[in-house]
Amino acid sequence: MSDATFDKFRSCAVEVLQVPEDKIVPEARFGDDLDADSLDLVELVMALEEAFDITVEESELEGIETVGQAYDLISAKI
Amino acid sequence: MLLGIDARGPVRGRRVVVTGVGVVSCCGIGADAFWEGLLGPAPEGAHRVHDFDPTLWFGPKEARRIDRYAQFSVAAADMARADAGEADPDPDRAGVVFATGVGGLESLEAQSVVLQEKGPSRISPFLIPMMMPNAGAATISMRAGWHGPCETIATACAAGTHAVAAAARLIATGRCDVTIGGGSEAAMTPLGIAAFTNMTALSSSGVSRPFDARRDGFIVAEGAAAVVLEELEHARRRGARIYGEVLGAASTADAHHITAPAPGGAGAASCMELALADAELSPAAVGHVNAHGTSTPLNDLAEAQAIVKVFGTPGPPVTSIKGVTGHALGGAGAIEAVSVVLSIDRKLIPPTAGYGEPDPEIPLDVVHGAPRPWEPAPVLSNSFGFGGHNGCLVIAPVRD
Repeated sequence: MSDATFDKFRSCAVEVLQVPEDKIVPEARFGDDLDADSLDLVELVMALEEAFDITVEESELEGIETVGQAYDLISAKI
Repeated sequence: MLLGIDARGPVRGRRVVVTGVGVVSCCGIGADAFWEGLLGPAPEGAHRVHDFDPTLWFGPKEARRIDRYAQFSVAAADMARADAGEADPDPDRAGVVFATGVGGLESLEAQSVVLQEKGPSRISPFLIPMMMPNAGAATISMRAGWHGPCETIATACAAGTHAVAAAARLIATGRCDVTIGGGSEAAMTPLGIAAFTNMTALSSSGVSRPFDARRDGFIVAEGAAAVVLEELEHARRRGARIYGEVLGAASTADAHHITAPAPGGAGAASCMELALADAELSPAAVGHVNAHGTSTPLNDLAEAQAIVKVFGTPGPPVTSIKGVTGHALGGAGAIEAVSVVLSIDRKLIPPTAGYGEPDPEIPLDVVHGAPRPWEPAPVLSNSFGFGGHNGCLVIAPVRD
């Protein structure tokens, strides 16, 4: 996990989800730990697409429940 | 309020009283600050609610996801509920009717820039719930946990008055025991200001002067207000402070022109007469008129003609708080309803700021210069909206 890439990922998540930085850890669950619903995730993905200049299809989000899973999805596209 | 008239005469509804008020205005947030503001000069500069702090009402994520107009709605309603104390209604018999002119214009406008600059894939998934004009009412009902009717009225500048009236009628008819009525607007965006400017509705001198000979247009403002309404016995049983009673209301349409009032204020006059009939009052029983008084040449003349037609000359003392507050559009009628309630509570009629040079065509007793002490009596509050919408409320001190 690249530090610079994760920092960028984390700052997007902090901005969109309005949670403290230290809660954005790989094992954090979007629903239970970060109080994020499905529309929050749509907005987060939009922010990540913009920050990393990538495209994420809606179907790729199925099964994504944790910060680590989302980070892996994003980092694989960079 | 009447439910109708049958063969035996008027059928009276349950009595409706005001037990809580909340206000977010450019001249003050909260009833006390607002009242102080009404007794002073107009605020300088743009009539925004500069000191509104959404974090007093919302967590950081909520604050990003709720448009400013809906934030105002919630803040006003929360203050009104806190002011009312433990009304503790049956949630199935508690409702909300809230007003706005345009809803979440700021959100819509910002996202339309995103659409142009970044394309459709970057439009916020929250745009619809942020811009929809019912977001204010919906968010209020969610916070209160009330399951009764929750509706939005969008009759432009008459909407706040119509919403308070509709919320009162939910109680009069027996559908609800407690309701929140109110209205909100936060449309001072570049697009909103440009649109009002280009229709030449705004004051070019930058001063709101209701009913004054020098008036030249309105001053656009932000703001919101809410009242908690309650069935009289429900309020008495719990020992609530009762500010006043909603005695009557009416709604009519000019059916004349999309922005100009009907000649001679005919629609406004009939609305005032119907509101008095709903309250079972004669014009002579009215102690004060809280006017729509926008400071536009056309509105103020038509409204004055209507007041003269209903009450004669000079008629009861008239004030327009828009000299101070400017015109908060869909919020205005609710802000003025709160001003009426406070005028009764504090036994003072606030002056019409900006008024100094009488218009010979407006032979009204315009309260100006200083607040006028009075023995509270029924008050008629007027609101008129683009589209020819007329709304009137009659609020009075509670008789036994």
